Amino acid sequence: MPAVVIRDLVIRYGARTAVSGLDLTAPDGEVTALVGPNGAGKTSTVEACVGLREPTSGTIDVLGTRVPAGGRDRLALHERVGVMLQDGGLYSTARPLEMVAHVAGLHDESEDPSALLEALGIDPSSRTPIRRLSGGEQRRVAAATALIGRPRLVFLDEPTAGLDTAGRRGFHDLLRQRVTEGLSVILTTHLMDDVERLADHVVVMARGRTLAEGSVDDLVGGDDTVMFSGPLHLPVLDLESALPPGTQIQEAPAGRYRIDGTLDPSALATITAWCGQHGVQTRDIQLGRRSLEDVVHDLVSTS
Amino acid sequence: MTRSTGSLGRIRRQAGWETRLILRNGEQLVLTVIIPVGLLLALTLTDLLPQSDGPNSLAESVATVLTVSVISAAFTSLAIATGFERRSGALRMLSTTPLSPGELLAGKALATVVVTLISSGVVVAVAIALGWRPAAGAAWAVLLILLGIAAWAPWALTLAGSLRAEAVLAVANGVFLVVILFGGVVIPASALPAPLADVTGYLPSGALAQSLTEALADGQLSVTSVVVLVAWGVAGTLAGARTFRWS
Repeated sequence: MPAVVIRDLVIRYGARTAVSGLDLTAPDGEVTALVGPNGAGKTSTVEACVGLREPTSGTIDVLGTRVPAGGRDRLALHERVGVMLQDGGLYSTARPLEMVAHVAGLHDESEDPSALLEALGIDPSSRTPIRRLSGGEQRRVAAATALIGRPRLVFLDEPTAGLDTAGRRGFHDLLRQRVTEGLSVILTTHLMDDVERLADHVVVMARGRTLAEGSVDDLVGGDDTVMFSGPLHLPVLDLESALPPGTQIQEAPAGRYRIDGTLDPSALATITAWCGQHGVQTRDIQLGRRSLEDVVHDLVSTS
Repeated sequence: MTRSTGSLGRIRRQAGWETRLILRNGEQLVLTVIIPVGLLLALTLTDLLPQSDGPNSLAESVATVLTVSVISAAFTSLAIATGFERRSGALRMLSTTPLSPGELLAGKALATVVVTLISSGVVVAVAIALGWRPAAGAAWAVLLILLGIAAWAPWALTLAGSLRAEAVLAVANGVFLVVILFGGVVIPASALPAPLADVTGYLPSGALAQSLTEALADGQLSVTSVVVLVAWGVAGTLAGARTFRWS
């Protein structure tokens, strides 16, 4: 059974449509990342899934329960689902440990609050009230409240916004460990590093609907990319014709060139020789795979 | 860790949580304890505020101050705290946990009762130190305090659930000042201009002050005031159910 199944979801705020006929299936025991620009409908979708927002139409099933749920269904669902909101969600005058311990006490089953906070890089003995913690520290406490009840599924809305690199890496490791133990994750983020390190399944959204979905490899594809900086408006059509069929070269922005295609060593030799003839320095040439950020940007801008 | 929480367990935990946060918050303590005690001292030791000179003047002062305690804890303090919890998203977060909205409200109500009884206990202790001796109507007073909480707390949640936190702060403090001065609490109804004097008995402030005075001074329970308090509580609950928003 999938963790979440959404069919033809529509969410409207007055005249504005935030989610427009969204279909989405999040596999059980995997990390599903919702990515897309601001206003894509990611947060509205998450809020509808956790019962914070009433859908205008469509259906949502979370762990096999239709939401919004009431009575015993609601209780059973909230015992098995953790939620980290996009911002806030904490009592500003409480201390981290007592905040997490309070949420733990509302569940029938929970982790040890001190150990979880420590795993997230927060000193459980800290007497500093939450309002005096940095933004990144507050996000870690919010993550702890989402994970404390040993959920089977957790919704994380931009969980690493404001976290430093070490904090993000630590959070990735913790989440990956939980996923190996059976946790399902629905994640929204603007940080493609989160997606590439965590996501098994990626859903690209814009204007309230799905533009593409699949694994990171599915979305990025098998193409290689060569990028280089050089003089403005080089005659790249010459180079393109010398490369294997299907290779594309773009100059965007001016003086910055990107070559996408199946680039074998012979093609790379052609490129570097051509670059040498046109005043491009070796240090300005980069070889790599097309980034997920580029893929998402292209999908959104051409949608 | 595993535990069998149950609905009552969650309500108890939420009530304990809310009580601890209120008692640790300096601004809330000023509202619920310091202001009532200061008012009691002002009423009994100075001539700054109008009061009767009769044999029951201390009992009347205690009734006045207990009314202020109830309004400050069950209305002003509850409204402000809930307004800011709503703004911070804490209520939304709690609504995603096993705690149901009804359990959250029950926890808040229980915490309000505990805090009001604590502040009332402090007021009574200070009054006893000043020479007041509880009379036969003390048991009625406890019932009236609970009815006062039931009359005021739903309006606090109605306010907190429908306005921005800053507006809640301003309105809750404004209402507090207006009702204790002109709602038949600190200034007796008999000292107010005629139109006001006629209506204070039908306000939850005046009804509570009058009934507490009758209970503490004469040992009597005013049925009319009880009906007024219950009516305000029912009206506030209906208003809150229609307008309260968690975020």
